[in-house]
Amino acid sequence: MLDAALQGILLGGYYAVLAAGLSLMFGVIRFINLAHGDLAILGAYLVLFCAERFGLSPWLALVLVLPVMGLFGWVLQGALFARTMRGGFLLPLLTTFGLGAVLQNGMFGLFGSDARSLGNAIGSLSWESWQLPFGISLGKLPVITFGIAVFVLVALQLVLSHTRLGRAIRATSADAEAAELVGVDARTVHRAAAAIAVALAGLAGALLAMRALVNPYAGPAQLIFAFEAVVIGGIGSLWGTLVGGIILGVAQSFGSLLSPQWFQLAGHVVFLGVLGARLYFSHAGRRGGLRFLLTGAR
Amino acid sequence: MSRMPQFLVERWTVTGRLTAAVACTLVLLLALLPGFAGGLIVDKLTTLLVYILLASMWNLLAGYAGLVSVGQQVFFGLGAYFALRLVDLGIPPYLALLLGAGGAGLAAIPLSPFMLRLKGGEFAIAMWVVAEAVRIIVMFDPLVQGETGTSLIALNSFDPDLRRNLTFWLALGSTAMILALTFWLLRGRIGAAAQAIRDDEEAATSIGIGVMRVKQIIFVLAALGCALAGVVWLASAITFQPRTIFGVQWTVFMLFMALVGGLRTFEGPIFGAIVFFLLQEAFGDFGVWYLAGLGAVAVGFALFLPDGVWGAVRGRTGLELLPTGAQLSIGGEPVSARPRVPRPGPVKDPA
Repeated sequence: MLDAALQGILLGGYYAVLAAGLSLMFGVIRFINLAHGDLAILGAYLVLFCAERFGLSPWLALVLVLPVMGLFGWVLQGALFARTMRGGFLLPLLTTFGLGAVLQNGMFGLFGSDARSLGNAIGSLSWESWQLPFGISLGKLPVITFGIAVFVLVALQLVLSHTRLGRAIRATSADAEAAELVGVDARTVHRAAAAIAVALAGLAGALLAMRALVNPYAGPAQLIFAFEAVVIGGIGSLWGTLVGGIILGVAQSFGSLLSPQWFQLAGHVVFLGVLGARLYFSHAGRRGGLRFLLTGAR
Repeated sequence: MSRMPQFLVERWTVTGRLTAAVACTLVLLLALLPGFAGGLIVDKLTTLLVYILLASMWNLLAGYAGLVSVGQQVFFGLGAYFALRLVDLGIPPYLALLLGAGGAGLAAIPLSPFMLRLKGGEFAIAMWVVAEAVRIIVMFDPLVQGETGTSLIALNSFDPDLRRNLTFWLALGSTAMILALTFWLLRGRIGAAAQAIRDDEEAATSIGIGVMRVKQIIFVLAALGCALAGVVWLASAITFQPRTIFGVQWTVFMLFMALVGGLRTFEGPIFGAIVFFLLQEAFGDFGVWYLAGLGAVAVGFALFLPDGVWGAVRGRTGLELLPTGAQLSIGGEPVSARPRVPRPGPVKDPA
């Protein structure tokens, strides 16, 4: 049990990296990017490509790929997302969902359908572990992943709190029009936020490929996990994504003790439970408790 | 006292009456089709009817009620699953298919008060999560055998021609019934109320629209429509594979058809379904690049032609084959409710 809890917490680190970008875009641009998971898988494939074709170390490849992903995010926001945002919430969802289909099938066409992993490229790191008392072993890679997650969140927090860009991002997220009035170029801020978000997605994808197999259609599941972590942790909160990721990871880890299918199902159940509880507490007082669930009265 | 000008609110137009008559005749003619058309044509038309039904249901949700769902496959799959279960209980297959779809429609009722309180993107993804959770739960059922899936073997006891025709009539009957019901709903209070909610939920509440009730009616009707499409699919494909039937690709298809044809119009999704069907026939063999192309076309439409082909035609010509709105005339002069100018594009920056 303790072992499952620890593995779950470490898994939560991966979800935090994955969810941080989604949360940032939602918080700053008010934009739900349904292609976020597919962008993560794209990052994984780019790192895989560099590692396999040029024999680079995955970590070096990651350093090269992240700026590319960031640039891609910048371009996507400028050329695609910004245009759709004027059409209410419907068009962004349609556009990013369509983009997801392009990415999935494009990757399938370019890289083939085989499930692949960076496991070989990172060598012994993929299976080495530290032995703790009580017979618990902690894999080195999950611990490193968790460390990266904390590092990324701290770095983001520092950028948001102390830099000019961070102030501009916070101002834009609070009120884009008011921010423009005081001289912030909201469009540039949006692009910068999208660049950070897509780079983070790429980082998450590479971390995923180090510990597991990825295939071109793995993106949607990752999007669901990221979204679950964001909602469980509280939308728009940076450290909330870590908390949400950890809760999701622990739920999945306990679920997988029952059966492999319960790994995913447990996460879904916790997510729907959190949504339900949130709705219940915001409506129950006024609507007469449980009755609203049954009657659906306004 | 000043004289009130004569005013008249018209719901039917001449084109509208004509189209409705043509549509009814077409349905009757199609019903007779298996008498003289070959099996292949009947099969293809069954597929097309499934597409039309799916596209219209997605448009009903997203276009008219502003509910973007990424999880309508849950009803598609659930209808088929219930049908399998009922056949296993010894109920005759075609009755079981109808009851299964009805069951999936009913399942939408307890789900609705919960889901419909979520906003925008949260609703979209929560529906997806529900679809995934239901798929996993269905895979626990020994009847389904996990990933392997199962088949509706009971249908093999029918003569193949009879089975094909019965499935076609099931598809035709379901599509005609659901589309007629949708049309009737959209022309009435519910349709007007749904569009008001889509455009501004708070404003709609403030003028006394029962937001939750209206959304529920639309949600349940859309669920029933998708479930009927699902049982027709099961009846023509026979095999039930959880990952395929609960797959998110159904939503990709629905989105493509509704978006290309034209959201917020009754005719658009039907047109979009025909386009999708033809594309599927022509390029389906190209596999992933074809699917990537579908995604790219959808993105293109969202960016440059968000009203779809039919919306653009209507914007230019004012043509409405099946009007879901109303025409107001004052003093004999029709008042243009929808100015005949193209929808304003993205606002250009003055700089």
